[in-house]
Amino acid sequence: MSDNRWRRFADWDARPLRLDKFAREDPENGFAAMRSPRDPAAAVAVEDGRIAMMDGTAAADFDMIDRFIAAYHLDPAIAPEAMAIPALELARRLVDMTAPRAELVRLAHGLTPARLAEVVGHLSALEMAFAYAKMRARRTPGNQGHVTNAKDDPLQLAADAAIAVGLGFDEIETTQRVARNAWSNALACAVGASVGRWGALFQCASEEAEELAIAMAGFTSYAETVSVYGSEGAFVDGDDTPWSKAFLAAAYASRGVKMRATSGGGAELLMGFHQSQSLLYLEARCLCLQRAMGVQGTQNGGIDGAPVTMSTPGGARELMAENLIAVWLDLECASGNDARPTESEIRVGAKIMPYLVAGSDLICSGMGSVLKYDNSFNPSLLNGEELEDFLVLQRDFEADGGLTPMGEDRAMALRERALAAVAAVLEHLDLARPTPAMLASVAAASGSNDTASFTPGDASRISEAIRARGITVIDAIRALAARGFADEAENLLALVRLRLSGDYLQTSALVRDGRVLSAVNDPNDYAGPGTGYRLDPARREAITGLRDTLDEREVLRSQEMFRKAEALRARYRSLGDAAAGTAPGEVVIGLSPAFGTRLFKTLAGEGVSDMLRAVVEGVREGGGAPRIVRMLHTADTSFLGLSAARMSGSGVGVGLQAKGTAVIHQADRLPHHNLELFSNAPITTLDHYRRLGANAAAYALGRDPEPVVVPTRGEALGARFHAEVALIYAIETGLCRDGAAPEEIALDFTGAP
Amino acid sequence: MTDTPGVADYPLAETRPDAVRALSGKPMSAITLDAVVAGEVAMDDLRIDASALRAQAAIARAAGRPTLARNLERGADLVAVPQDVVMAVYDLLRPGRARDKAELLDAARRLRDEYGAATVAAFVEEAAEVYERRGLFRFRY
Repeated sequence: MSDNRWRRFADWDARPLRLDKFAREDPENGFAAMRSPRDPAAAVAVEDGRIAMMDGTAAADFDMIDRFIAAYHLDPAIAPEAMAIPALELARRLVDMTAPRAELVRLAHGLTPARLAEVVGHLSALEMAFAYAKMRARRTPGNQGHVTNAKDDPLQLAADAAIAVGLGFDEIETTQRVARNAWSNALACAVGASVGRWGALFQCASEEAEELAIAMAGFTSYAETVSVYGSEGAFVDGDDTPWSKAFLAAAYASRGVKMRATSGGGAELLMGFHQSQSLLYLEARCLCLQRAMGVQGTQNGGIDGAPVTMSTPGGARELMAENLIAVWLDLECASGNDARPTESEIRVGAKIMPYLVAGSDLICSGMGSVLKYDNSFNPSLLNGEELEDFLVLQRDFEADGGLTPMGEDRAMALRERALAAVAAVLEHLDLARPTPAMLASVAAASGSNDTASFTPGDASRISEAIRARGITVIDAIRALAARGFADEAENLLALVRLRLSGDYLQTSALVRDGRVLSAVNDPNDYAGPGTGYRLDPARREAITGLRDTLDEREVLRSQEMFRKAEALRARYRSLGDAAAGTAPGEVVIGLSPAFGTRLFKTLAGEGVSDMLRAVVEGVREGGGAPRIVRMLHTADTSFLGLSAARMSGSGVGVGLQAKGTAVIHQADRLPHHNLELFSNAPITTLDHYRRLGANAAAYALGRDPEPVVVPTRGEALGARFHAEVALIYAIETGLCRDGAAPEEIALDFTGAP
Repeated sequence: MTDTPGVADYPLAETRPDAVRALSGKPMSAITLDAVVAGEVAMDDLRIDASALRAQAAIARAAGRPTLARNLERGADLVAVPQDVVMAVYDLLRPGRARDKAELLDAARRLRDEYGAATVAAFVEEAAEVYERRGLFRFRY
C-alpha cells in the first residue's frame, strides 16, 4: 500500500475538534496556564502597619497594580497571620467542609496574588469544583444570557428578551453591531424583559460614557464591562488605570447601578503585556485589584481570553482556578463560560459541567440565548442552538443551572406579547411604525436570517431619536400604560424603583420573585451534605419538566394510532393449543404475547403485520413452510425463538417480538446461542426480515446461508428508543403467564401486499 | 436613615420602604404606576440618594466587606456631582489624558470644594502622585 498514514488520523482531522489549535507550553512567551518560572515567590513584609514588600517587590518599586493591591486589598493586620499558613494547608482548608467559608474569606484579606495562585494550584480540577461550591458567595445559583441580533432589530430584541426572561436568566446583556444603536437596543430589551415577570437585571454593553448615560436614563440596571488587567502595560494599553476604573465603579454606585469588573486568563497574553508570567498569577492580581477597588463582583474565567487559555495545557483547569480565587476573595462571580473556546461539542459539555454541578452566582457570564450568528458578543460556550442541551444537563444531574424549560405555547405567547408591547412603545413615542408583517416574521423567527423587520439603519434612526429627545424609562413606562400594557409597565417600574434602596449593589445580588437575593440575605452556608443550596421539590419539578417526554400512556396512544390500519391488513385467529410439527421444511414463527393484539407498530415504524408478512414470504421464497404460533409463556426473544424451534418439524424456528427484534433459533442449541439475531429493531427493514425468513428456510433444509447482517452507523439507539422499549416490553411481559401453552394462529393477510 | 443599619436591616426596600428616599426626597413608596402615569415622577425621583448608599456601605461593612463599603462611600460622595463632571474626571484619570499632575490636583480640588466629595478628591490626589511616579502623564493620542 502506498498510503503510509493510519487513516484514523484523517478521520480525526475531519472532526470539529481539529479546528481548535493547541499551543505548546512556553512560559517565556506567556503560554503557561498555572505556573511560570517568572511568577514571583509569595511573600509579604509589614512595617509600621503598612505593606513594605509584596511578592518580592519592595514598596518603592511597586507598579500601579502592586500599589493599589497593597493599599486597598491587603489588610496589614491579617497578612502576617495568613501568609504564615503553608499554601498546602490553605488548599486543604478550601476543600474541608468543616473549615468555615467566613474564616477563609477573612484570611484571603491577607493573602497576596502569588500566594492565592500557589494555593489553588495545589487543587485538582475536582477539588476546585468542590471548593467553588463551598466558597461562592450567594447560596442560590443563577445565570446570565446574551440578547442580541445581527440586525440590531428592536422587535427581535424585545421578543428574545422576553424569552430569555421566561427561561429564567437573572441577568440579560445586550450589545450592538453598530455602536450608535445602543439606545434602541436598550429600550427594546428593557420593554421585552418586562414581559411575563419582573426582576431580570439588564445591561447594555457600549462605550463607557454612553453606557452610564443609558443607565442614567433608567433603561439598564447593571454594568460589567469595566475591564481590569494584571500587568501595568496591558492596563495602560487598555486605556485605564486602577484609579480610573475604581472611580468608574464609584460612579456606577452613585447612580444606583449594579456593577462588576471584568478580567480573565489570557487577556494580558492577547494584549502583548504578559511579562512571561502565568495566566493564573496575572489573573490573581486582577482579582485582588477588584476587591481593592471595592467592586462587588467579577466576570472572569477567561471571557475573551478563554479560547487562548484553552489552547494551553491545563487551560480549562486554570479557568476553574481563577473563578475559585474570585469567590475566595468574596467577589460575586459571573464565571465565564462565555466566549466559545472550542468547536468541539465534547469540550463544550465538559467545560460547563463543573459549574453546573457546583453552582455559581452566574454560571455563564453570557450564555447565548440567541443563535450563534445573532450573538453580537461572538458565539458563547452555549448558544440558542444548544440551550436545550443545557436544560437536559440540569435534569440529568438534578443541578440548578438557573434556567427552566419552556413549552412551545408559552414561548410563542411571550414573543407575541413582547412584540405587541415594543410596537406600542415605538408607535406611542413616535419612534417607528412596525407593520403586522414585520411583527409576524419576528414572532416565528429563530434568528434574524428569518426576519423581514427593521434594518441596522432603521435601528440607528430610532436610537438617535431616543438619545436626542432625551427619552427615558419613564416615557417607556407611560407608553406601556397608555397602550394597555399595565403589567409590563408595573414590571418595568418595579425594577427601576428598586434602584432607590441600593439593595442590589450588595455582593451577588439578583432579583427573584420580587425580592433582592444577595450574599447578605442568602449567604452560601455549605457545610457538607444536607447543607447549602438544594433543589426543593417545586424547583426540581420545574427543571425536570422537559417538553415531549414519554410515558406509558403516550406509548399506548402511539400504538393505538396503528391499531385500525393493522386491523385492515391482517387477522389473527387462535386455533387453540399448538402441537409440535413434523414436516421437514417447516419453520415455526413464534410471536410475542402482545403481537397484533396490544402492540401494532415496530420500533422502525412498520406495522407488525408487514414485518410478519416479510418473514412469512421469505420462508416461502426459501422453500420452507411457515407456521405461526403465539407464545404466552415468554416475551424474551431467545426463548420465543427456541420455543418455536422446538415445535418446528425442521427444528428451526423464528422468534419475533412486536417491537421488531427477531431471531432464528434451532431446537438443539443453548437458549442464547442462536443462529441469527436482529437486535437493532429500529434500523431493521422489511427486506432484512424477508431475508431472515429465507435464511430460516435454508437452515431448515440443511443449507448454510450467508447470515443477514443489519448494518449500523453507530447510532445511539438506546438513547433514542430504550424509554419506549422498556414501556413496550412491560406490555409484553404483562401478558405472559407461567406455563401457558403456545397458541396455533391462523393468519390472513387482508391488505394489499 | 440616621442610624447605622446592619445585616438584619437588609434588604432596605423590604425593611424600610418608607425611609428609603430618592435623591429628590420622594419616598420609595410614592413611586407608583399611577404617579408615573399622572406625570408626577421624574428621573430625579428614580435616582439613589447618598443616604441610601451610606446605609448600604454600613451593611457591607457589617457583612465583612470593607472594600465594598469604601466604594459605596465614594459613590455616596459622587451622588451630588453632575454627570458631565463625573465623566470629565473619569476621562482625566485615564492614561495620558492629564498632561501633568496639576490637572488632576485641580480636579480633586473642584470635587472637594464644589461638591464636598472629600473621599473621592483624596482618591484623585493619590492617583496624581502615582501617575507621576509611573510616568503616566505621557502622550497617548
